[in-house]
Amino acid sequence: MLSENAVKEIGLIRNKYHDVQSSLLPALYVVQREHGWLSPEALKEVGEILNVPKAEVKGVSTFYSMFRHKPMGRHLIQLCTNVACMIMDAERLVDILKSRYGLEPNGTTDDGRFSLIIMECIGACGTAPAMLVDTDFHDNLTEKYIEEILAKYK
Amino acid sequence: MGGGEGEGGRAVNKTVMGKVLLKNIENPNSADIAGYIKTGGYKALSKALELKPSDIIDEVKRSGLRGRGGAGFPTGMKWAFAAADSKKPKFILCNADEGEPGTFKDRPILEKNPHLLIEGMIISGYALQAEYGYIYLRGEYPKAKDILEDAIKQAHDKGYLGEDVHGKGIRFHLHVHQGAGAYICGEETALIESLEGKRGQPRIKPPFPVNEGFLSKPTIINNVETLANIPYIIEIGADAYAEIGSPDCPGPKLYSVSGHVKRPGVYELPMGTTLREIIYNHCGGILGDKKLKAVIPGGISTPILPADAIDCPMDFVNMPKRGSMLGSGAVMVFDETVDLVKVCYRAIKFFEHESCGKCTPCREGVGWMRAILERISNGSGRAGDIDLLIEVSNNITGKTFCPLGDGAAMVVQNFAKHFRSEFEEKIH
Repeated sequence: MLSENAVKEIGLIRNKYHDVQSSLLPALYVVQREHGWLSPEALKEVGEILNVPKAEVKGVSTFYSMFRHKPMGRHLIQLCTNVACMIMDAERLVDILKSRYGLEPNGTTDDGRFSLIIMECIGACGTAPAMLVDTDFHDNLTEKYIEEILAKYK
Repeated sequence: MGGGEGEGGRAVNKTVMGKVLLKNIENPNSADIAGYIKTGGYKALSKALELKPSDIIDEVKRSGLRGRGGAGFPTGMKWAFAAADSKKPKFILCNADEGEPGTFKDRPILEKNPHLLIEGMIISGYALQAEYGYIYLRGEYPKAKDILEDAIKQAHDKGYLGEDVHGKGIRFHLHVHQGAGAYICGEETALIESLEGKRGQPRIKPPFPVNEGFLSKPTIINNVETLANIPYIIEIGADAYAEIGSPDCPGPKLYSVSGHVKRPGVYELPMGTTLREIIYNHCGGILGDKKLKAVIPGGISTPILPADAIDCPMDFVNMPKRGSMLGSGAVMVFDETVDLVKVCYRAIKFFEHESCGKCTPCREGVGWMRAILERISNGSGRAGDIDLLIEVSNNITGKTFCPLGDGAAMVVQNFAKHFRSEFEEKIH
């Protein structure tokens, strides 16, 4: 069930647009921020609020890689491995997350603390390698620095 | 001449009068409307609102400004097309999807100088008689979303946005629309689909967005950097603006430099600055003083160039003559140690991930290219694989709705053209 606040926020978003379906992406963001992911029930509910068919809602939400369709850990690590980050050793950071945290791409740690998503360029190429943890940018990452950063996310 | 390969016309004018796009970018108060106004912000808006909308369009036309998203289409001409269409309402969209790998030039404006973009959009909205604007912002820039929304609220409270802009009886509303991690939404018709709450799959053109765009109404879509040029053009006038940069591509240009240089970052330089100047003068040369091997000059989908091409001026006219493109001005620098087969493989893996799936040659062909590159890269390539790669790429070029597939094909074709021996070494 969506919270009263979420339903209210979706209602306000609708005023920003001339047509109802334009508010679909922002509405999905509202739900994802609240639940951490988009469950089939949540998608159904969003469709009902916006009067958009269930299949359309699912088709749209699964098109976009930043919408999650399974539960995520408490903190989401979005690590870039595209070319600018790759040549600055981003793959080594993927290995470290695997060996020291037991964290695989698209996986979640056993304690539910972190999930890892491999990203396709987050626009931090000049300070590569880089990642987003939740909504925080961290760049110029090194083996040591990434551990210091992650220690702050409990 | 501005650089080794420029042809004809005036030399690149290197004396830009201070920064235009990155003005006050280091000033922490620039994101705040009071700080922005203090340094002359919103003056161009006041001036613009005294002009007729058609005069603004003429001024932008005369300035020679070309779209900074990559295609380089003349901005004034695009505006004139939309203005000539009688359908209403009209919309103005800012493409802040900045997804082209290597590109991070718009981020400083979005995060540190948001009012420059907002002022540019209000002026554009008035010129086009558009009452609604949307900034389509990539999902990967969550901080920029908060900053832009705060700035929009400030502009609203100050009377620059809303039902009565600047007390002139003009209406202009502006909102941020957040994307969700689809590179293809940087393509303008896919962006419109996404703004309409649909899967971001490109539309066939024509009709062009200037006639049938968002909700089938005339729609102007301009890149962040393009719109950020507008206040300055209005402020100093088209003639003075056209003195900056190279004759066929006037104005300042943001170059985002990454990879193996000593000082990577975003540089505002006159359009037409050579790659050599960018890499060796502004960015301090190659990291560890190693040798330069290759440069991707305009973001991942623009053709890679060998080190001997760096005297080419970086603009929309000269880069194609040298076999590449200006693209978004995202310069990716590779030193002599880089495994370019691996770079090519990673680039194509990206395109496979981002293909929207609508056109078969792109959806299937890019996947095949990835598979072939994967086996070459891990040492199990077969004889004939390089020619096979090129054959597959030729079957993508020109056979798709949008340029994504073409971009992927161009990557493969140009890596193979300039660095074929690296691929061959992996196969034997």
